[in-house]
Amino acid sequence: MGEFFFMLVLLVDSTLRVAAPLVLAALGGLFAERSGVVDIGLEGKMLGAAFAAAAAAAVTGSAWLGLAAAVGVSVMLALLHGYACITHAGNQVVSGMALNIVVAGLTVVVGNAWFQRGGQTPQLTGDARFAPIDLPLAKTLEDVPVIGALYSEIVSGHNILVYMAAIAVPLVGWFVYRTRFGLRLRAVGENPAAVDTAGISVSGLRYRALIVGGALCGLSGAYLSIAHNAAFIRDMSAGKGYLALAALIFGKWRPVPTLVACLLFAFADAIQVRLQGTALPLVGVIPVQFIQVLPYVLTVLLLAGFVGRAVAPKAIGIPYVKER
Amino acid sequence: MSGSSAGGGAPPWVSNAVLPALNLAAALLVSAILIWLLGADPLAALKLLVAGAFGDSEAIGYTLYYATNFIFTGLAVAIAFHAGLFNIGAEGQAYIGGLGVGLLCLGLGGLPFILVLPLAILAAAAFGAGWAFIPAYLQAKRGSHIVITTIMFNFIASAVMTYLLVNVMIKPGQQSPETREFEPSAWLPFAHEILGYVGIEFGRSPLNLSFVWALICCVAFWVYVWHTRWGYRVRALGWNEHAAIYGGVAPARTVIVAMTISGALAGFVALNEIMGVQHRLLLNFTGGAGFVGIAVALMGRNHPIGIVLAAILFGALYQGGSEVSFEMPALTREMIVAIQGFIILMCGAFENLFRRRLVALLRPQPAAATG
Amino acid sequence: MTAAVPGAIASRSPALEARGIDKRFGPVHANRNISLVVRRGTIHGIIGENGAGKSTLMGILYGFHQPDSGEIRVDGQVQRFRSPQDALKAGIGMVHQHFMLVEPFTVVENVVLGAEDTFRIEGSLVRARAELEKLGRDYHLEVDVDATVADLTVGQRQRVEILKALYRGAQILILDEPTGVLTPQEADHLFRILRALKAEGKTVILITHKLREVLDVTDTVTVVRRGEVVAEVATATTTKESLAELMVGRKVLLRVDKTPAKPGEVVLDVAGLRVRDSAGVERVKGVSFQVRRGEIVGIAGVAGNGQSELLEALAGIRPVSGGTLRWKGVDITDDAGVRTAKGMRRLGLGHVPEDRQRMGLVAEFAASESAILGYHDDAPYNRNIILDRRIVSRECERQMAEYDVRPPNANLQTLAFSGGNQQKIIVAREVGHNPDVLLVGQPTRGVDIGAIEFIHKRLVALRDAGKGILLVSVELDEILSLSDRILVMFDGILVGELSPGQANERTVGLMMAGIRSEAA
Repeated sequence: MGEFFFMLVLLVDSTLRVAAPLVLAALGGLFAERSGVVDIGLEGKMLGAAFAAAAAAAVTGSAWLGLAAAVGVSVMLALLHGYACITHAGNQVVSGMALNIVVAGLTVVVGNAWFQRGGQTPQLTGDARFAPIDLPLAKTLEDVPVIGALYSEIVSGHNILVYMAAIAVPLVGWFVYRTRFGLRLRAVGENPAAVDTAGISVSGLRYRALIVGGALCGLSGAYLSIAHNAAFIRDMSAGKGYLALAALIFGKWRPVPTLVACLLFAFADAIQVRLQGTALPLVGVIPVQFIQVLPYVLTVLLLAGFVGRAVAPKAIGIPYVKER
Repeated sequence: MSGSSAGGGAPPWVSNAVLPALNLAAALLVSAILIWLLGADPLAALKLLVAGAFGDSEAIGYTLYYATNFIFTGLAVAIAFHAGLFNIGAEGQAYIGGLGVGLLCLGLGGLPFILVLPLAILAAAAFGAGWAFIPAYLQAKRGSHIVITTIMFNFIASAVMTYLLVNVMIKPGQQSPETREFEPSAWLPFAHEILGYVGIEFGRSPLNLSFVWALICCVAFWVYVWHTRWGYRVRALGWNEHAAIYGGVAPARTVIVAMTISGALAGFVALNEIMGVQHRLLLNFTGGAGFVGIAVALMGRNHPIGIVLAAILFGALYQGGSEVSFEMPALTREMIVAIQGFIILMCGAFENLFRRRLVALLRPQPAAATG
Repeated sequence: MTAAVPGAIASRSPALEARGIDKRFGPVHANRNISLVVRRGTIHGIIGENGAGKSTLMGILYGFHQPDSGEIRVDGQVQRFRSPQDALKAGIGMVHQHFMLVEPFTVVENVVLGAEDTFRIEGSLVRARAELEKLGRDYHLEVDVDATVADLTVGQRQRVEILKALYRGAQILILDEPTGVLTPQEADHLFRILRALKAEGKTVILITHKLREVLDVTDTVTVVRRGEVVAEVATATTTKESLAELMVGRKVLLRVDKTPAKPGEVVLDVAGLRVRDSAGVERVKGVSFQVRRGEIVGIAGVAGNGQSELLEALAGIRPVSGGTLRWKGVDITDDAGVRTAKGMRRLGLGHVPEDRQRMGLVAEFAASESAILGYHDDAPYNRNIILDRRIVSRECERQMAEYDVRPPNANLQTLAFSGGNQQKIIVAREVGHNPDVLLVGQPTRGVDIGAIEFIHKRLVALRDAGKGILLVSVELDEILSLSDRILVMFDGILVGELSPGQANERTVGLMMAGIRSEAA
């Protein structure tokens, strides 16, 4: 029993670690997609941000400057996406795809030219990365049965970006449903003409949504390279951007359900790591690939309407062109 | 002849020749600036690239070998575009196409080549098409967005293949996850072998018979899309779904048909890679060809002639690019990936950047039929 | 009142004045030197044909478009509108033809959108709710402010649009074709609202192409033709005939020359037909009628009363949910092989769809390709597996010559042709395949006068060749001048049948409002 409880705690703990970047990226995507701009470029923004964070942190020795660089690069990529899709009414899927590919190539090329380590950045130590934070009383409560373990292992001991991800969810919810910006954001993704005729600039609104989304995505990229790991490795986002997009769709473009989807996907990942090679009673060894594909299969099933129904913002993917 | 794309007010020669050339030039300019920023000489790099891609028959062979893959995936993405669908899943469809070819060659590879070849073509097509069929069916019947489902299916394909190669199909007693080698009767002949047979000397390269099949597919594509009633249906649906329904086109069936053709074309990548070069099934043999296909289709304006030209361009980038990275260490192979991204960006996402300006430039004589 | 001097001047100047407005969209000269004076506290009509430049003018007046030259004065002050927000600040509000509402939002959220005064919307919503209730009482604008817009009727949505403008302090209200989608009762309700607004000193600009409305409700009327103002008259001094003449620029032939019909055998027999729309709502609720050879059966009705669904169901595009359908005496209701767009065409049913851009053509196709839409599988165009483009082009050129399509170039993209020429391509295609029954929806919507006459003559000629025609139109004039029998559709049922002798605007108009005419 004790051992099982301990394993469960560890599982939840690693779930949170895997979920944090997904949550940040998915919430970033929420802003873009709610404004009517498809964001399959989450992957590229995450990867670009991860590189920028690691490179800047390696050069300056400061994790915070790394974080700023990550946000900067991610926002720039978002603006480029906006320039193609908003200003020039380009195809949003094509643009996102193109950015993903550009970043996949550029990070390695630039990284190699800069650090001569085959696309990797130098190992980060000390202040150049975000260390785990021990919350007050974590040590004191450690030995209290159940509650102590829950607090010190699960709540305490994460890096600052995990806490940022946790705070981001209610904050984004409040922003989207309770503020002027949120009202307009939701409107522009449903009927941009209504927003335009109400005297609000559709382009301005969408650009702002992309900037906010880009910033959040930048945090998630920084998490990968300067918090969870201690260097940038080529292709280190490894599909997490697409997974975040899947979580956003699975969460029906709403903050809290998106969080739940991220946790679900992350939990599957945590289990897979833990189960590797171990035989379960009755079923035997479950191949890791089966658990790895679970999020993708679930998303396909959801989109097909076999588990609930996801209705996208009505104007998503359609460039807004003023009618004559 | 009808153009392959809406003019947006521009005459066909502008839409189909001037604009792609301008977009490509812009992408290459961005790449040149990047190369310069990396401390290398863009012109020298270009010279190396051209020499590396077309310098001798061996180089040309390599270039066309890469182009073979890109013709298949370019056509695959293009047929979906004609139906108004964005198939991001060519990568996964090609991968699963490899499973078909691999199973066939492992099972029936001992048969005479003349039998294995058509069966392998069918297997590649069937497996690729099958993998495209599911997203197509879900789009057509359940309204799931094909962009997302095909992305998901790429991941699923990758996991399935990893599982099969690691746990099931691996050659016993071997570490690396790949199957045993096929019997030689299941190998496609290389170009240097064929040409040597008729007395022409050609450098050794992976270029093989599948290149001819790629060109046959181009002709068939052209006939199908513009000169059959089935192609008419696909294009009608792609441009205007309501009009297509009014005209008696069944949307669900047409979506499924277009996507299965797309998947089959993608599956042919396996003929080149598995049957032509590797002679065994192995992990990640597609190497991103499915994504290059997006760039090729966009640049080639969904027309076979454009696709062949764009595929050769990318083939040259891949082949010449490795020569360049050998001579100029600052320019690693990933540079090609970035350039590929720039080309998709300029030819796809920024296709209106020059269009609007050109259309405005060409306007002075009022359009022929207004009022 | 003892207002300050500038105010006194302002109160004597017109509410809105436009001087020398000029606007081009590329090669299209949409507005030419337009001048307009709208007095305060009046209802001012602007009429013109489709494509006369009314909508562009309105776009300029409320800041959506910027004029190439000319100026706008509000209360005598020159204004430059760079966006609708600027126009709103000057007190100009717009009610669009296609409502600019966010469907998943509530009424109050829609009203507040763009007029939120604080970062948090809570306070704005509370204030708006109170204000809306007051406005509702003052102007007969009752709507449930917490209802979701998606659940509202068309008439209610329009009231939300008006509330939106008033909430923003609009003194001048522009309405673009406001009755196009309304039933006569809803239209009457709207006119009551407009008169109430006028009584409170607001100014209303009403854009329409319906002469009756202009005569009913306006004080002054400006007539626009081909981007120019051709007349500005006091409504009381004018007549329908003279307005119509001003609008189109010459005497209009309201009647089409035709001989009495010689109806033959029944081809299409519809009994108790029911049809649902895409959302599953029953839009055709049991209609029965017949179409015989040699007659034109007209279906009159306000748009949105089930005519579109009826046409699409007959054409095989939409399934029927009840009733029977007979073709030359054979029950085809459940014949899955026949009840498709293709199957119905094979039987001999032609279809000129209501919305030609959306359905009738593929804009990006060459004209020759659009000219075989629906017949692309047929033998003459196909040899074995090949679709013979030479035959297709030759056939298209022949049709273009016969129907005087300009320019007569079959290889040109369809979108390069004007509305009238596109419609001729469709009519040529459908008539050319020699149908036994031709379904015709809104054949002259957005089509110039010349093409209207041409198309009308073709339809009569087809009738005289012994074919049956089912004509659906929201243009009463068109129904009255073409039909040999008139059916009136309201809320999914046929409320009556009239012969051309009995029918006039009044009798049909009453029935369109859902009032059954026992006399008929």
